[in-house]
Amino acid sequence: MSADPILTDDEYKYGFSQPENYVFKSRKGLDHDIVQQISDLKKEPKWLADFRHRSLDYFFKRPMPNWGGDLSDIDFQDIYYYIKPSIKAGDTWNDVPEEIKETFEKLGIPEAERKYLGGVGAQYESEVIYHKVRKDLEDQGVIFVDPDTAFREHEDIFKPYFATIIPPNDNKFSALNSAVFSGGSFIYIPKNVRVEIPLQAYFRINAQNMGQFERTLIIADENSYVHYVEGCTAPTYTTDSLHSAVVEIVVRPGARVRYTTIQNWSKNVYNLVTKRAQAYRNATMEWVDGNIGSKLTMKYPAVWLMEPGAHGEILSVAFASNGQHQDAGGKVVHVAPHTSSTIVSKSISKGNGRSSYRGLLKVQKGAPHVKSNVRCDALLLSDQSRTDTYPYIEIEEEDVEVGHEASVSKVGEEQLFYLMSRGLTESEAYTMIVNGFIEPVAKEIPMEYAVELNRLIQLEMSGSVG
Amino acid sequence: MPEYSDDELIIRDLHARIEDKEILRGVNLTVKKGETHALMGPNGSGKSTLANVIMGNPVYQVTQGEVIFKGLNILDLSPDKRARLGIFLAFQYPASVPGVTVANFLRRAYDARKEGYDPSKEGQQPTGEAPKRKGTPPSVFRKTLQGKMDLLKVNNEFISRYLNDGFSGGEKKRAEILQMAVLEPEFAILDETDSGLDIDALRVVAEGVNALRGPGMGSLVITHYQRLLNYITPDIVHVMFKGQIIKTGDKQLALELEEKGYEWLIGEKITE
Repeated sequence: MSADPILTDDEYKYGFSQPENYVFKSRKGLDHDIVQQISDLKKEPKWLADFRHRSLDYFFKRPMPNWGGDLSDIDFQDIYYYIKPSIKAGDTWNDVPEEIKETFEKLGIPEAERKYLGGVGAQYESEVIYHKVRKDLEDQGVIFVDPDTAFREHEDIFKPYFATIIPPNDNKFSALNSAVFSGGSFIYIPKNVRVEIPLQAYFRINAQNMGQFERTLIIADENSYVHYVEGCTAPTYTTDSLHSAVVEIVVRPGARVRYTTIQNWSKNVYNLVTKRAQAYRNATMEWVDGNIGSKLTMKYPAVWLMEPGAHGEILSVAFASNGQHQDAGGKVVHVAPHTSSTIVSKSISKGNGRSSYRGLLKVQKGAPHVKSNVRCDALLLSDQSRTDTYPYIEIEEEDVEVGHEASVSKVGEEQLFYLMSRGLTESEAYTMIVNGFIEPVAKEIPMEYAVELNRLIQLEMSGSVG
Repeated sequence: MPEYSDDELIIRDLHARIEDKEILRGVNLTVKKGETHALMGPNGSGKSTLANVIMGNPVYQVTQGEVIFKGLNILDLSPDKRARLGIFLAFQYPASVPGVTVANFLRRAYDARKEGYDPSKEGQQPTGEAPKRKGTPPSVFRKTLQGKMDLLKVNNEFISRYLNDGFSGGEKKRAEILQMAVLEPEFAILDETDSGLDIDALRVVAEGVNALRGPGMGSLVITHYQRLLNYITPDIVHVMFKGQIIKTGDKQLALELEEKGYEWLIGEKITE
């Protein structure tokens, strides 16, 4: 057995691309003209155009983060900020341009929709090209649209929350998103409505040097429930692409929102995302965050526990192979007393891959009787791989129960030999150990997505596509 | 006369070391199918090393000799291929694999064993990657497994636990024999399966082993004490010392060792 037998070139099943028959493609680069052009194309009101311009100024003013991953190679002037692939979003797949439809068929989205989804939003480049919610959900008042439609048709509920959970000037990349955002989802679940089947959004980048900047706002009204799932892929290019999303969630009293991400960008995509939820009295917010793809991911889903009884949960799995850096984790802020939270992070590093856990646990003054537990485990599959843990804990109250555990382990020769002595090949043995390692998180994901996650990991492990 | 037969495992002049220390110093041993051999000897004589070298533990380097099974020098094969050929080692200290249930693990191992290993198809045979392997349907496997579970007196709770994770010594040994029962090896090595077992657990494990004995399986039972051999009666008993087999006899030899210790055989005082 060699020390690192699985250091092979990883094949990526979704690295294909399609010809560009687009309705509109902006020139490369970022400035106020581009921002105005996006706003004009979307026929936005003046206040929204002003919001974009103001955000762009914030973006220009803010320095690049000097922590996390290496961002120095991003050339913001070498990116396309807006591509409109089709005239409008279809509500049947037949309305979607052929090569785009073909892409989503390869990704298995229409099939998944038929089998187990309550609604689908499919975004290609900068716009949602397909949108459909099951009629029974629509009849109950569930809204699932893109932001342009939300501004047009649901301004009364959308606008009061838009950019309030994550203001434009929150960080450099939320500012960037606020300036050029396009596509994404607005979801509203009315009081007492429980959406028992997941709603899914799928994000696809196709063009080279593309920047995708979708925006999502979810409002779960009192005692409602929704599970939102997002997936993403892109073609493999030698040049870099940029994905920078903003996701805001409001979980009203007694409601529960689960947000699952299976991130599988190609390994030339910078994935710099800001996600934050506010949970109110007795509400529960759960982030299930799986990061397999991308060149560099910096993403720390956050939960702010605003009122007593609120509970936050962050389950994170990151897999870093050759050339990848997964800087992932989560943030929990206990604003109110009698709130609780759990963070479980599992990271795997293979080849020369690097994974970091970066987490914040904050208990604010005035929030006693808080319980929180943080657990982060790292698994190293090779001598060249790397893992780091940055657990920030800020506690401003006395009466709190906080637990923190961290572990780093290597796949042992002993474990490998044991599994191989039962007939499993070396790569199968590795895969089994890795799947066992992430099992505590995988079992929280609905079966279809857990299978997908396991399959993606298997591909990463074997370096081949069966 | 053929050099080998499909019905035996032949160890010839086997030398092996760990780092700079030579542990096996010319082991010769033949086990025929249907036979149960006991391998005894003082601690540190190389019994466990022999077991691990036959299975292919990469910690040990073989410096000389061969182990022939089904016409192949299995020392050239990776451990998974040896397993698929029908060789099994019940470990003294099995590793734990958190997050993987005994049942799921067993099903994968069962499929690998069924797939077997054919050197003439090297390179084209499925390599055991899960996506390429069809696998036994869970319901079919479940029936096979249930019979073996009854034999080893283990319940559903046991097989839904994570493999060896938090198992007591006795549970680990029971899990090893359960695996052996499911995989139906043609040559099985039991490495100190009796250690750490109370008398009841020992009886269950021994009954399990006895039920698996038959014309299709040869076995090598490694033990430090005669106690296990009261339950698993060997056909042949070997004594190993300083990396060599120094005495071979029938089951009377084990009883003799029990009575007199090893000193009369090896002619020196053993300090343990």
